[in-house]
Amino acid sequence: MNGGGGVIDPLWWIILVIGAGTFFWRGSFLVFGGGLGLPAVVRRALNYVPPAVFAALVLPGIVEFEATGVLDGPRLAAGVVAGWVAWRTHGTIATLSAGMVVLWSLRALWPAG
Amino acid sequence: MVMSERRMAFQSGLKAVAPMVAAVTPFGVTAGVAGLDAGWNAALTLGMSVIVFAGASQLASIQLLEAGAAAPLVVIAALLINLRMLMYSAHLAPYFGYLPQRWRVPMAYMLTDQAYALSVSRLMDNTPIAYPHWFYIGAAIPLWGVWQIATAFGYWAGTAVPASWELGFFVPLIFLALLVPAINSRPALLAALVAGTISVLGGSWPAGLGLTLGAVAGITAGVVSERWWRRD
Repeated sequence: MNGGGGVIDPLWWIILVIGAGTFFWRGSFLVFGGGLGLPAVVRRALNYVPPAVFAALVLPGIVEFEATGVLDGPRLAAGVVAGWVAWRTHGTIATLSAGMVVLWSLRALWPAG
Repeated sequence: MVMSERRMAFQSGLKAVAPMVAAVTPFGVTAGVAGLDAGWNAALTLGMSVIVFAGASQLASIQLLEAGAAAPLVVIAALLINLRMLMYSAHLAPYFGYLPQRWRVPMAYMLTDQAYALSVSRLMDNTPIAYPHWFYIGAAIPLWGVWQIATAFGYWAGTAVPASWELGFFVPLIFLALLVPAINSRPALLAALVAGTISVLGGSWPAGLGLTLGAVAGITAGVVSERWWRRD
């Protein structure tokens, strides 16, 4: 509806639809579910959302294959070390630092890799 | 007195989220750089961070659009990636469902992996805090603000960061820091192993499918295996 003959970038519609859908997910139970009682088995299942979802988000970023199908060794090593640090310290900063330092060190040692 | 307890909960949320806020910054910068690389204008790039406010789906949809994918496919992929928010919403609802709408709507809008993970681990704590919604917004508001600033920084200055720094690796590391404390029992470990394996195998499946199927299979494995290990 721009008077100057300007057309709204169609990308806006895609962004708006994704935004509305994502808000629908976020509000599904919190806003629209208002006191909805969930069956016991579902409530039990929800306790496994953090380990399952976060593992599904983490692993593809650590076990990464290059275009040739070869495993990216430095990423995997950095991920394993960071995982160990996370387990021992439960510290976010320590985990992130360990992962990045190992990744950068291995890349510097084997620039071609 | 009541006021100070709320403030304490809010401040304890701020404290818990501080390292996450630092970690999310490179992620937000990546979202800004992705918009710039795809030839988007500033309004679209920053608008997406405000309207969608979910990093993984933002990156995936920008990449898919750049690759020439059809709009419906882009929307489906983004919503599959964000489907986990529905599970977070279901998990948090019993704790926050009693709050008035004016609380729950902004809380839902600001729901992120980090705000969920921090709140849920605090709610499940042996010593639950009073006013957990103040803890939640204490964690959620800084994440929101930094996400917007980081996107803007990425759009206007992010290309100054050399690609060889691999700042994108911060993303799996953030989730690793959230994952490890969540593995608090043997069924939880199995849930993580199953979900992670399927997600890796499904890396080349249509966007979002490997993540969603992996998560569902992992949750199922956790519930089913509870009877194998009665107590840890």
